[in-house]
Amino acid sequence: MRRFSQYVALVAYIVFLAFPLAWLLSTALKTPREMALADPTWIPRDPTLANFADAFGEQDLVGAGLRSLVVALFSSVITVLISLPASYAMARYRSLLNRIAIGWVLVSQVFPFILIIIPLFMILRDLDLVNTLPGLVVVHVTFTLPFALWMLQGYVRAVPRELEEAAAVDGATRLRSIASVVAPLLAPGVVATLLFSFISSWNEFMFALVILQNPDVMTLPLTLVRFTGPEGVARLGPLAAASLMATIPSLIFFAIIQRRLKSGLMAGAVKG
Amino acid sequence: MRITSALAAAAILTLAAACGGGGGGAQSSSAPNEPVKINFLSLAWQKESVAANKQLVDEWNKANPNIQVTYVQGSWDNVNDQLVTQFAGGTAPDVIHNDSPALSGFASDGYLLDLKDKLPAELKSDIPQPAWDTVTFDDGKGQQGVYGVPFLQESQVIIANKKLLDASGARVPTPDNPWTWDEFSAAAKKMTKGGNFGVAWPMKSPVNKTLNLALNFGGTFFQTADGKTTVKVGPEEREVLQRIHDQLYKDKSADPAALGQGTADPLPAFYKGKFALLPAGVFLRQQVAEQAPEGFEWVTLPAPKGTSAQQGAVSQTLSIAQDSKHPDEAMKFIAFFLNGANQAKLAKGDWLLPTSQAAAADPAMTTKENGWDVATASAKNLVVAPFLKVNGFDEWKTKVATPTLQEYFANKITIDQAASKLVEDGNKVLERYQR
Repeated sequence: MRRFSQYVALVAYIVFLAFPLAWLLSTALKTPREMALADPTWIPRDPTLANFADAFGEQDLVGAGLRSLVVALFSSVITVLISLPASYAMARYRSLLNRIAIGWVLVSQVFPFILIIIPLFMILRDLDLVNTLPGLVVVHVTFTLPFALWMLQGYVRAVPRELEEAAAVDGATRLRSIASVVAPLLAPGVVATLLFSFISSWNEFMFALVILQNPDVMTLPLTLVRFTGPEGVARLGPLAAASLMATIPSLIFFAIIQRRLKSGLMAGAVKG
Repeated sequence: MRITSALAAAAILTLAAACGGGGGGAQSSSAPNEPVKINFLSLAWQKESVAANKQLVDEWNKANPNIQVTYVQGSWDNVNDQLVTQFAGGTAPDVIHNDSPALSGFASDGYLLDLKDKLPAELKSDIPQPAWDTVTFDDGKGQQGVYGVPFLQESQVIIANKKLLDASGARVPTPDNPWTWDEFSAAAKKMTKGGNFGVAWPMKSPVNKTLNLALNFGGTFFQTADGKTTVKVGPEEREVLQRIHDQLYKDKSADPAALGQGTADPLPAFYKGKFALLPAGVFLRQQVAEQAPEGFEWVTLPAPKGTSAQQGAVSQTLSIAQDSKHPDEAMKFIAFFLNGANQAKLAKGDWLLPTSQAAAADPAMTTKENGWDVATASAKNLVVAPFLKVNGFDEWKTKVATPTLQEYFANKITIDQAASKLVEDGNKVLERYQR
């Protein structure tokens, strides 16, 4: 009976999580008439691929998706590469400078998004990075870094110092103990940070809107918004079709990286 | 949120300028023998409209190898945030699609080019003066300038369920003889029966709709004396607000379910016959034509009239950035893009009304099909909306008017309380813009 309840809860949870995706699929396959029914249907009565044809015919979704993928991958990897050593230093070394750095990371999260966009935009313009994907990567890394640092230093703190001390007693240098002892235990944290950075970059709209003007470099969120009009009116069919396609790369990325997340957790368990 | 962001960004523009942001110039520069390159930020979003935009740009590019236009698609929801940043950074597109309420602030900040001496005579004469009035603003130094070319306008009409309208026995209004507000209320009451309602007022974004219709009774909501603009909510301004409120709570002829909805949200219930009349912008006809179930008959009726049939006009516009390196070429492109024949294509694509008189005379704009005849006829009632000229209107609308009107229409406050909030809180907002 208990097991049955667990299964029911699990199924209910999966249904809850899958609802938006299922609704998106259903909407993407409906005709405009069916979409406007007062009593919505789950299964399209007269399924059509016209919305997909419209979405792909009108916008360069594949190109925009590839550009988004490149930007998100570079942004997330660079964020992790920068935040990993920095977070180790923040977590392990106690000094006034360190406390100031941690405070600054926290304070930087308080700034309204819009306050930094103009100065950042001007810096990028002076560096000739406006209208370029590297420019957007720089912005996304800057934008994601504080939270990534904060996340990772929490994971570093969770690794007992005693493990490093034990390694030192066995003759390991600090670098060696970091590489052999701390790094494997940090794997789940690194993967979680990577996921967070990837999602932040993949979904980011405002910076991309301001920085990318050339249609040839626009990312997926900029392309999706083209199906919306004023006062919340939208072309729901093509928007749903395009949004559905937009979820696929991130789902694949999640599927790949989720295994790493699990193996990292296992590694942490053994070492801990 | 969009407005909040824009305001926050505007607050640091001065700082940004002080940091040496100026002088960037536009991004489209060309070597002497290369074609001039112009970026055109378009906000077209409907399928037909995007197609018409792209087709016109292609036509231009083929015919003008020395002036090449790049079509850049933007979004209505974010365009002002985007422009605030790009203006500050000196990288705004050369040709900018927007709507007239947004131009006043950008013009007074010096980001838009004054077009009054650049407009070709043919374009100028083809568009009537009331439309030009919607884009004529103070330049921030006391001079009036023309900061955009107005090309599409939206008027309010009533989209009606023909079967329920006919069954009610109410007189069918025509552009020459529209319903008075009393007739409109009486018709709505007749159509209210069996759990269905006569009318639905989606009031998620109530400000533009009510302010534009308030001109029916001469309600301007703003007054300027001795160079100072203040909010005014007198008997003229209250008339339309009160009448809508009465339909909701006194006559009970308005569907309360629609109150919190956006413009297009009530359509499924409309097709189902839950209500018979839907006051809306002319563009909503497109959704009805596309979505209405087989056999559903609908007609477009003119908006009701008060002491006059006047409505506030808001135009879609094309402007040129002050920093554009090719303003003359940009103007040539605009003149081509907005000629009569092309405006007719754009208006059909967006289901809006062209400002061009030549375009309005196009047979496609006066056909009975999908209510084009009624929609086009409504253009004669459009006059410049007074709020267009008010610096600070956007903030008043977002922070004061929208929540206040929503509360009033939800019957949480009286009309006196609403009027008091609109005036007192509104004047505090306007005060900041007039220092």
